[in-house]
Amino acid sequence: MTLNNFKEMNREMPITIEIPTAFRRFTEGAPKVDSAATTVADALNELTAKFPALARHVRDDQGQIRQFLNVYLNEEDIRFLGGESCTLKEGDRVLLVPSIAGGSGRQDLL
Amino acid sequence: MSTNYQLRCRECSKLWGNAPRSFCEDCFSPLEIAYDYDALRKIARRDALATRSFNMWRYSEFLPLPDDFTPASAVGGTPLVRSQKLAARWGLHKLYIKNDAVCFPSLSFKDRVVATALVAARRFQFTTVGCSSTGNLANSVAAQAAQQGFDACVFIPADLEPAKILNTAVYGARIVRINGNYDHVNRLCSQIADRFQWGLVNVNLRPYYSEGSKTHGFEIAEQLGWKLPDNVVVPMAGASLIGKIAKAFRELVEVGWVEDKPVKYFGAQATGCSPVSDAVKRNLQRFEPQKPNTIARSLAIGNPADGSFAIKLIRDSGGWAEDISDPEIVDAIKLLAETEGIFTETAGGVTAGVTQKLIAQNRIKPHETTVVCITGNGLKTTDAIAADFPLTEAIAPRLDAFEAYMDAQLNPSLAQPAAAGA
Repeated sequence: MTLNNFKEMNREMPITIEIPTAFRRFTEGAPKVDSAATTVADALNELTAKFPALARHVRDDQGQIRQFLNVYLNEEDIRFLGGESCTLKEGDRVLLVPSIAGGSGRQDLL
Repeated sequence: MSTNYQLRCRECSKLWGNAPRSFCEDCFSPLEIAYDYDALRKIARRDALATRSFNMWRYSEFLPLPDDFTPASAVGGTPLVRSQKLAARWGLHKLYIKNDAVCFPSLSFKDRVVATALVAARRFQFTTVGCSSTGNLANSVAAQAAQQGFDACVFIPADLEPAKILNTAVYGARIVRINGNYDHVNRLCSQIADRFQWGLVNVNLRPYYSEGSKTHGFEIAEQLGWKLPDNVVVPMAGASLIGKIAKAFRELVEVGWVEDKPVKYFGAQATGCSPVSDAVKRNLQRFEPQKPNTIARSLAIGNPADGSFAIKLIRDSGGWAEDISDPEIVDAIKLLAETEGIFTETAGGVTAGVTQKLIAQNRIKPHETTVVCITGNGLKTTDAIAADFPLTEAIAPRLDAFEAYMDAQLNPSLAQPAAAGA
């Protein structure tokens, strides 16, 4: 095993995927999920493999990230970073934010 | 409580009742208000408008309002100006300017959307309201929240025009300036709406908020004598207004208040922030977000929430989208002021300038009825044009001084022999 491989194997959850409230019913309530993924695409795939019910909300039938779901790497929309193939480094945060966001899930008050 | 409207997903059509919620929790697509038009046809009577004041509430049956609703103030009811000089300049026979630069209370069309959003905020028992804003929306939230007794907290990009910040601060609103562009602000507000129990008018109250835009369209149709125009030119930031004008026209057809006819929808953007016009012109299915760089800061939304719907509407209607440069925006502001006496902000410059471009492209034709939607007031963006109007030299309060001044104005070469000889 090379040193690099060793480091790779021993990376401990270097990035975090932040889950909006509306998605948490698919993540057993988890607001964050740690991951060792090295690209945004891998992070999303890992997330949806772990929580299969989330998959159809993240990608459409063509496998593209859904039109009304924005994905950010730290402060930047991934569409400015070359899309979901952009690479991750330790400490990065991947945020999923519905593009028309908001909605508390409160009961209908009427 | 009225039951003839509720939230519906714009993609999967699932119904969600009435709640402070802006997207479908099944498919994460946006929600909008859907009406029971059979019920609406029974209660909405055009002749009933004769006794109502000319403001946005005269169309209350078409808005998501509770049965016991009483208007807090006379929002909307702005002029539709029949253009003479600008129409002649452009070679159009029937050109109208819908002038929301004089909308009450804060001088932009955002007063309409805030009015319906705050009705929803009251109904859903929020005590704090707010928004992410490029300026005009913050002005309006602050003004109407002050009048109605809400606490207001607004989020804006740090580099907004000073006048727009002042026009929010004066009402006592808390202003949070964000180091970033509008899209950064909007993302933060999405997270705030997720965390706090606040009524963010263009986030978790967005479906109720955007319904207010329809009144801009209702007024246009009524002011045209209950007719629809051939063309509407609309500025696009989040790209919601253009769709709501179309919804207003469809609803008037639905209840039989106007005759159906094809209307072409034209979208206007600044070249420095033109994700929607770019997508229309390049025939893209999805717009590509942009980093805004334009003096038209009220339109500087690089990731427009309703961009995809606007693209589809524009295409389906046979309309088009265009964009113009910052110098062209300034020229168009001056043109509208000099020909029609209407001083609009940079967004209005975009709309007027794009209209001129569409006419040159023969997409808007002389014999058609065209409405140009002016949505904001020039007094808020004076920085954009100040350099074009330097202060003139002051003169003594004497008649001979004035005569010398006029001589100099009429014969500048005589007044400046050194320059003339250069």
